[in-house]
Amino acid sequence: MVQNDTIVALATPSGAGAIAVIRVSGSDSLAIASGLFRSVSGKKLAVQKTHTIHLGHIVDGNRTIDQVLVSVFKNPNSYTGEDVVEISCHGSPYIQQEILQLFLRNGCRMAQAGEFTLRAFLNGKMDLSQAEAVADLIASENEASHQVAIQQMRGGFSNEIAMLREELLNFASLMELELDFAEEDVEFADRSQFKALISKIEEVLKRLIDSFAVGNVIKNGIPIAIVGAPNVGKSTLLNALLKEERAIVSEIAGTTRDTIEDEISIGGIGFRFIDTAGIRETTDVVEGIGIQRTFEKVDKAQVVIYLFDSSDTDENAKVEVEKIRNKYPQKPLIVIMNKSDLLSEEQKKHWKQQVPEGHFMSASTGEGVEELKEQLLNFVNTGALRNNETIVTNSRHYDALLKALEATQKVRMGMEDDLPGDLLAIDIRQVLYHFGEITGEISTDDLLGNIFANFCIGK
Amino acid sequence: MFNEQYDVIVVGGGHAGAEAAAAAANLGSKTLLATMNLQTIGQMSCNPAMGGIAKGQIVREMDAMGGYSGIVTDRSAIQFKMLNKSKGPAMWSPRAQNDRMRFAEEWRLMLERTPNVDFYQEMVQGLIVEGNRVVGVRTSLGLEIKAKAVILTNGTFLNGLIHIGDKQFGGGRAGEKAATGITEQLVSFGFESGRMKTGTPPRVDGRSLDYSKMIPQPGDDNPERFSFLDTPVLKEQRECYMTHTSATVHDLLKEGFDRSPMFNGRIKSIGPRYCPSIEDKINRFADKDSHQLFVEPEGWDTVEVYVNGFSTSLPEDVQFKALRSVKGFEKVKFFRPGYAIEYDYFPPTQLKHTLETKLVENLYFAGQINGTTGYEEAASQGMMAGINAHLKINEKDPFILKRDEAYIGVLIDDLITKGTEEPYRMFTSRAEYRTLLRQDNADLRLTPRSFEIGLASEERMRRMEEKERKSQAFVDFFRNTSYQPEEINPILEEVNSSTVGQADKMFKVFARPQVTMDHMMQLEKVSGFVTEHELDREVMEQAEIQVKYSGYIEKEKLNADKLQRLENINIPENFDYSKLKSLSFEAREKLEKIRPVTISQASRISGVSPSDISVLLVFLGR
Repeated sequence: MVQNDTIVALATPSGAGAIAVIRVSGSDSLAIASGLFRSVSGKKLAVQKTHTIHLGHIVDGNRTIDQVLVSVFKNPNSYTGEDVVEISCHGSPYIQQEILQLFLRNGCRMAQAGEFTLRAFLNGKMDLSQAEAVADLIASENEASHQVAIQQMRGGFSNEIAMLREELLNFASLMELELDFAEEDVEFADRSQFKALISKIEEVLKRLIDSFAVGNVIKNGIPIAIVGAPNVGKSTLLNALLKEERAIVSEIAGTTRDTIEDEISIGGIGFRFIDTAGIRETTDVVEGIGIQRTFEKVDKAQVVIYLFDSSDTDENAKVEVEKIRNKYPQKPLIVIMNKSDLLSEEQKKHWKQQVPEGHFMSASTGEGVEELKEQLLNFVNTGALRNNETIVTNSRHYDALLKALEATQKVRMGMEDDLPGDLLAIDIRQVLYHFGEITGEISTDDLLGNIFANFCIGK
Repeated sequence: MFNEQYDVIVVGGGHAGAEAAAAAANLGSKTLLATMNLQTIGQMSCNPAMGGIAKGQIVREMDAMGGYSGIVTDRSAIQFKMLNKSKGPAMWSPRAQNDRMRFAEEWRLMLERTPNVDFYQEMVQGLIVEGNRVVGVRTSLGLEIKAKAVILTNGTFLNGLIHIGDKQFGGGRAGEKAATGITEQLVSFGFESGRMKTGTPPRVDGRSLDYSKMIPQPGDDNPERFSFLDTPVLKEQRECYMTHTSATVHDLLKEGFDRSPMFNGRIKSIGPRYCPSIEDKINRFADKDSHQLFVEPEGWDTVEVYVNGFSTSLPEDVQFKALRSVKGFEKVKFFRPGYAIEYDYFPPTQLKHTLETKLVENLYFAGQINGTTGYEEAASQGMMAGINAHLKINEKDPFILKRDEAYIGVLIDDLITKGTEEPYRMFTSRAEYRTLLRQDNADLRLTPRSFEIGLASEERMRRMEEKERKSQAFVDFFRNTSYQPEEINPILEEVNSSTVGQADKMFKVFARPQVTMDHMMQLEKVSGFVTEHELDREVMEQAEIQVKYSGYIEKEKLNADKLQRLENINIPENFDYSKLKSLSFEAREKLEKIRPVTISQASRISGVSPSDISVLLVFLGR
């Protein structure tokens, strides 16, 4: 919905680049930015003239997040026609997210798809002939974000929110029941159960908000288990990924001789590749222990890469892929058919039939390496990864979670003060509204529908 | 017989029709109230009570604007209760039990005393329409009566069909015949019509009941009233009683299920989920082996009694047998059995915010014809239709209440924006800003608005201004006056609230949930202020609410203001949605049909997403 509050979003394409631009627009943009920016020359941002650029740091309390250039545009001479602050920061997604979150926590709202452009239009910064283009943009961006939302629904945290919302909706209905049907012979909301639900919601929200810190992911790396027999080309694969990125590599000795962990940054996101011994069936006791260990590692990983040497005539690959899939139906699995440069067309055809989901890769020619990286990043961007807990990756959702938490805390405090239900309901509706931003729509009709479906109402 | 032209003809004399006639006439329109039976003006067809949760607020709103329902209710009340008093002030809801006959008599007399109202008893069978504009009505005797505007308030009478068990017969109410002709004509004009269903319980002889087996339900010790004017306050009250059904009663009722028109498919239309028949309750909530019944006297003198909660269309012998198994009803005598009624309605999405139809100019619909249920819902629509018909024919701006202004605004906006699949009843949860829509401030909210168009009297305006001024002064007093710890701490200790160490403004402690006006009155400065300024109960209550709930009231005001921007962006009447390719298909279809007036209204239509709204905004060019 279009409002005149202050909004923030990334103005450059998401993902890693040399620099990124974060745009803040709205009447409070200068005031908010001013509080989060420390100029190198000690200037106060709030009193700077329009169309000026300032070097300094974005700070969160005592913590410096990044060195940045901040541009100030005052209304009406800005892109949107409102007061605009643009922050040019370093391009890593981690930094981008840190800065976005900081602004969200300090009174900004995450911009809707196309909202800057819409504001620009509404403030007369574009002529009418551009209207159609803007409208299409909004529609298509919305489509895109909808896609992302649906993808997140499948693997992400929306399910968790949907369940909490359902529970809260039930309680909200009970609360409304007390209010609108006080005369009726119905059971009312059990406050102690409600208190428990509210603290549960608070807990989950806090966890999700914490998990959002992509920082956590980067600090520890997203664990990826590489399953494959020796000599199928695991180290060549890691080297191929490394060569491209020139990222920092740290080698951590594993608990046993055969475990090596390599941390590699792809597109600004840290991935921790965990080598395993493979899962080839064996009667050998020692190797049997190895298989058990492999599964332990796969348990902890968020993505499994199954790698085999496709130039080998070994036909076990298909069986093993099935085995992994059966054991970990929820875990993203990438099957890589390595050494594809050694294959004839006929052999390729054969493997395509045998393992249809497989990707050909040749570490030496570089075939398939880019695709693999994209796929891994894709998992992050669509929130398909689950870290025992869920990771929240969408800033819009982060914003909704923050607001939901704030409202939840008000509900809890209200209950401690023994507030009457109609006042509690104001904050409960707020929580439901923010949950609805994540899962879909909410309207008062939901509440009434719920009441009529579940309670015997009416004299 | 009718040579002259009326300004407004109101068809129907129920709650909607009566308020419509009163409003139009009081504004100065020459008004004719045409009804099939002048003896049943203001008839309470169902339960003998006005108000209740959300509904009581509506009555107060009408009264604040100069409607008659509040006054009629006060004058004919036999019991008064302020419901939900233990909740926040937004939930406080006045309800009265009424003397059914006096209620109707009061209505008739008040209308007779209203200048500009003429009466005529006959069935209106059709409208006279020229071009796209209604110019009068045609009666069953063939009379043509001319008018500039017509308001239809036909209630359950349009092709009404009454069901009792497997018997069915035409009728608008028990003992009254149905109205025909209007639906057919409107459909020929292109109106969409539908069927709805409602029901009513048996009426019984109070002398045949054993009240000693029931639980008395008395009125409030200090009864209040509906009207903001000086209507009488009840000195004595009649009691209601509560009893319960049992498994035996349910079993007896079940014996008649095969002859129930609800279950054998004879009734196809939709009834209200929140006002189910007793057979529906048993069927849907099979695990409950007891339901409440409220036994309500129909008046001061009559022995007739209304059995609230026992609405049914089962065969009369089954009703009778089952009711005789209810505690206290062992020897019950029937006045008349309960029944269900099906009737025509017109999906209200065919109306504008003024309740004028989109298809035929100067034609207005109010009440059950719009798919609503309830006296209060009907009356308030009638009032708004009466006001707007008058304003329209005098070429004045329409009178529309917004969702943050009145329950009446929520009601009408819901109806015309969302339509309704079942008889629509008001609930507080339908309002986004219910903390603002309280019964105590209905006058502050609406009297000035109504005064501005010339409906609310100067007397009402003067009273409202005095209340506003005095309560504001009292609130300011709490803001500016300090307490001393030694005078306030004993009170705080008494209510288990933490004590204070130093003097501070009274507002702060008064805002604590546990501290009430009674506590504050123990402070000499406070009681002194009350005596000095002669503050009455209403003013004190108003001030208390504004102090104690200021945080929430402010929050809701802020939220309401946020939406205001969208409320102010109008969509041109003939806006062509088909050219907006960026709208979703569903949104385009709904928008074409409902034709919202503002962006804000568009955003409330189901199926219209935020991105559709952005697209609309773009095309409306800021």
